[in-house]
Amino acid sequence: MTTPLLTVEDLRVTFNIRREGDMPWTKPRALRAVGGVSFELMQGETLGIVGESGCGKSTLARALIQMVPATGRAIWNGKTDLLSLSRHEMLKYRADIQMVFQDPLASLNPRMTVGQIIAEPLTTHHPNLKATQVKDKVKAIMDRVGLLPNQINRYPHEFSGGQCQRIGIARALIVEPKLLICDEPVSALDVSIQAQVINLLVELQRDLGLAMIFIAHDLSVVKHISDRVMVLYLGRTMEVATSHDLYADPQHPYTQALLSAVPIPDPVAERAKVMIPLDGDLPSPLAPPSGCVFRTRCQRAQSRCSEKVPELSRQNHAVACHFPGPISMPKSIIEPA
Amino acid sequence: MALLEINDLGVSFATNDGEVNAVNGVTLSLDKGETLGIVGESGSGKSQLAFSIMGLLAKNGTARGSVKFAGEEILNAPPSVINPIRANRIAMIFQDPMTSLNPYMRVSDQMAEVLIHHKGMGKSDALRECVRMLDAVKIPDAAGRVRLYPHEFSGGMRQRVMIAMSLLCRPELLIADEPTTALDVTVQAQIMTLLADLQREFGMATILITHDLGVVAGFCEKVVVLYGGRVMEQSPVDPLFADPSHPYTRGLLRAIPRVDQEDEDLDSIPGSPPNMTRIQQGCPFAPRCDFALPDCSEHLSPLTEFEPGRLRACNRSLEEIA
Repeated sequence: MTTPLLTVEDLRVTFNIRREGDMPWTKPRALRAVGGVSFELMQGETLGIVGESGCGKSTLARALIQMVPATGRAIWNGKTDLLSLSRHEMLKYRADIQMVFQDPLASLNPRMTVGQIIAEPLTTHHPNLKATQVKDKVKAIMDRVGLLPNQINRYPHEFSGGQCQRIGIARALIVEPKLLICDEPVSALDVSIQAQVINLLVELQRDLGLAMIFIAHDLSVVKHISDRVMVLYLGRTMEVATSHDLYADPQHPYTQALLSAVPIPDPVAERAKVMIPLDGDLPSPLAPPSGCVFRTRCQRAQSRCSEKVPELSRQNHAVACHFPGPISMPKSIIEPA
Repeated sequence: MALLEINDLGVSFATNDGEVNAVNGVTLSLDKGETLGIVGESGSGKSQLAFSIMGLLAKNGTARGSVKFAGEEILNAPPSVINPIRANRIAMIFQDPMTSLNPYMRVSDQMAEVLIHHKGMGKSDALRECVRMLDAVKIPDAAGRVRLYPHEFSGGMRQRVMIAMSLLCRPELLIADEPTTALDVTVQAQIMTLLADLQREFGMATILITHDLGVVAGFCEKVVVLYGGRVMEQSPVDPLFADPSHPYTRGLLRAIPRVDQEDEDLDSIPGSPPNMTRIQQGCPFAPRCDFALPDCSEHLSPLTEFEPGRLRACNRSLEEIA
């Protein structure tokens, strides 16, 4: 068996929150943004991470590259634990793990030209390269992501949102990373542009053999791009499965509710769809429910759910639920479509 | 008589970069109790269309054409005409509930203001009505929470407050401008179900402005597709999705991944949306269209009915784009 590119074990991120009006000596309250997430990522694989806002999906990604402090283990290539590295040691691995951010324009420095922006990771990680070599590489990667190499001296504001996202992708890919973390890369883009960027990412990933962690709240985009999908809720993994299994046969009641909430661009299918309503709001991550964090909004919740945290089962289609199973709902919770 | 009749509406803005034509020659009508979806990408003019109906255009904007509400001309109407209609008979829900609610006012005060101003109600009556309306939008413990400030509500709850506020005067027409764009899917589903229920219950006509074709499919009876400030296609919802008649609509439907279907390749639309500062003679979609011929950049056929209730604006015939 091949070693996974990245093995994450029991990753936890906790923020200490001080409330307004707290005294300096008051103990800050712990907000557990990510509470014990484990997964494996193989070379060339795409893992989609979905969940609502506040479920910890971005924090998880940031923790992997030490942008936020985390505990647990993240084993790179079966050897190094990324989370135990010092800042200086981490630098070596930063070239292997690159990130693409959500807001295309805000993640580019407005006072740098496109050429400078794309070249920066290269000159940071390979300071010995000659200026002409850097320029050639920048032009090559610009061409690769569908930007005109003669736009090298322009500034970000001269580009549209979709093109800015291409610049962000070029900047990430110029150091030839092994893992690309995309944090909501298409959610700020228009539908017609979104498809261009998704297609570009799929194509690049195939050609360069990249592994990818693709974070998004749009379940249909994640389905399209991912090999496997992980569903997060309040910082915990609810379900992990191959993209096909998860969407065709979701086992966790949260996944089922989430999927049923996605509007389908087809009036006939939309009317036939069975909605599983999810009442109420996300509980506060400062005071998560005991036991299963989803139990307060779950249709299947029993007394056991409040007592014991369900373990993530160790199968290919892994579910963290005491009562997993396909959508076979009692009549009372089916709403007529 | 139709409730809302828009005829050859145009909106333009005087900017430092020259005149921007945000909306060009939009004609549509809406009956009582009907739900209309206006779909378009950013810059298609869908929000400006709504703002011009409400008389809320920015200072540098001008609107031409005609908008008749219940037979009365309201486009560029003086305050004496538009003020009794706005919020009272036509209400609007905005995209971002946090920035459209006043952060310094309690929800009770800003809601009651509407009733006191438009209906001449006393403060305590108004407050009671507000609580009733917050109940109707399913805010738990409405009586206890009406005295809170907007920041004390979650995003979904804030949008419910906005909806409650817009419905206070029982408007005949509700314009919802991207009401769920800032919300999570599960909350979006809650809000859209709520809007559909209220729409039926109050029998009000609704214009839903969105970029999300999925939301339109679930909510609307009739759809207008805007691109570059022009109507590309107008149709009842079922045939629009089953058999789109315009190359742009087709492209759009092929460009969205679907959660309910096995993996299909996405056909992206090449290029990017038009620059609205340039004055367009022809079809705004021509530079990105697979079927464009040289004459497409010179003129665009007017919106014509090709089937009962279905209109399209395209120089190519249906056979040509088949």
